[in-house]
Amino acid sequence: MIRFEKVTKTYPRGAGAAALRDVSFHVARGEFVFFTGPSGAGKSTILKLVYMDERPNEGVVRISGYSSATAKRRDVAKLRRRLGIVFQDFRLLEDVTAEGNVAFALEVIGAPRAAIPGRVARALTQVGLASKATAYPKELSGGEQQRVAIARALVNDPFVLVADEPTGNLDERATRGIFQLLREINANGTAVLMATHDLELVRRAEYRTIELNHGQIVYDSAESSNVIEMEAD
Amino acid sequence: MRLATRTAMASFRRAPLLNILSITTIAFSLFAFGLFGLVALNIRNALQAVEERVELRAFVTNGTALDQMASAAADIRKYKEVASVEVVTQQMALARARKELGEFQDVFDSEFLPASLDVKLKDGFRDPKTVRAVADRIRGMEFVDDVRFGEEWIAQLYRLRNIAGVAGAALGLAFAIVAIIIIGATIRMAVLARSREISIMRLVGATDAFIRRPFLIEGSIKGVLGGGLALLMTYLAMRLLSQYLHVETAFFDRRIALLGLLFGTLIGLVGSAVSVGRHLRRI
Repeated sequence: MIRFEKVTKTYPRGAGAAALRDVSFHVARGEFVFFTGPSGAGKSTILKLVYMDERPNEGVVRISGYSSATAKRRDVAKLRRRLGIVFQDFRLLEDVTAEGNVAFALEVIGAPRAAIPGRVARALTQVGLASKATAYPKELSGGEQQRVAIARALVNDPFVLVADEPTGNLDERATRGIFQLLREINANGTAVLMATHDLELVRRAEYRTIELNHGQIVYDSAESSNVIEMEAD
Repeated sequence: MRLATRTAMASFRRAPLLNILSITTIAFSLFAFGLFGLVALNIRNALQAVEERVELRAFVTNGTALDQMASAAADIRKYKEVASVEVVTQQMALARARKELGEFQDVFDSEFLPASLDVKLKDGFRDPKTVRAVADRIRGMEFVDDVRFGEEWIAQLYRLRNIAGVAGAALGLAFAIVAIIIIGATIRMAVLARSREISIMRLVGATDAFIRRPFLIEGSIKGVLGGGLALLMTYLAMRLLSQYLHVETAFFDRRIALLGLLFGTLIGLVGSAVSVGRHLRRI
């Protein structure tokens, strides 16, 4: 479903060292994968390559039929409609309500107007925020804002949820809540790719973990435990 | 399209101050351009009025019969450069002189003033070369003594007209470029103010065309409003000028006013397209 083949990524204005060097791995449908490692290890770069915000300098990234070597801007838009993306800083529209933020993701891809309210309500219910649908982001706690962001990511029924440090700005309690939500989403069949610093969270969860350092994979729990990858796509 | 219009309108509501600033900037840039246009238009009108006075006077030999003059006038009227020919008899010449020149008040003998054929030329045929060519043809008629047309004066007038034309085009271009740059910068500011929204749109899978649409609508609306405001300001400036300086000035006709509005809209549209395009390429 997601395959990195000998991927190297260097940023033009970077310090010179590659952000990723010769990275290869595969993520199966419905899998939950943690990306860990110190700052600058390449976690965010991997996620950016997944949603094609960046393209590799060498190697290929393949995601559900799209290839980094051939995808055009229009293809990237199409791919993103099938992905859910969540960030540490939530990235919500401040002057729009929670439901407005979720509806926005449907409106901009031209979803039928009549279907939008129902789908928005379902997504907000799924993240446990149905009662705060009309609240503005500044009226919500950090954890709640991240739930709105997750609802926005889920509203298009993505096959994979990409989460870049989704608990980075949250306290312990909110972190547990968000992580529990991500587990539920994964249990419903959506793959989750999550970059995190929170080693405690990783240890407790027992999901596949890929550890990066200096742009290289230094540990992949799937390989070390001889888990057989199931290729779905 | 409805969503794009709604988004464009929401942007006006969301940041009224920034939008008012954009519209005012567009209006003032176009106002400067409009004022220049107005000056150019009035100079052109003034030159046109002077130009219309370009005429040839063919003095005829004393004793030429009136019907001979009339038939010559009919011939001259057939020239493609000629607008009208007036037959001026000696009596008419005296009457005109008495009316126009004080020293002729006491003169009652018309004998010493020659009769003439006064030839007016059509617009576009009043340049020195054409005037001289027409004069030469008329001079060739046997009863014509002399043809006068103020050669020096016409040459001066045309030199002035050419200078005004070149200076006008250069200044107009400079004003238009300045307007486009200022308006482009203003619209860029509006795009940057919404860069967060644009990046979220991109993240959730909006196409570039979709993202661009509300900005194009917004840019066009700003252009129309800015253009309209500029037109109004130019009109008021002209009225003030007329009132206080007692100068009779002409304003743009409906066609030029509409072109001005269209120009404003186009600048808004193109400025937005360029700004959003550049922004989208970066993210």
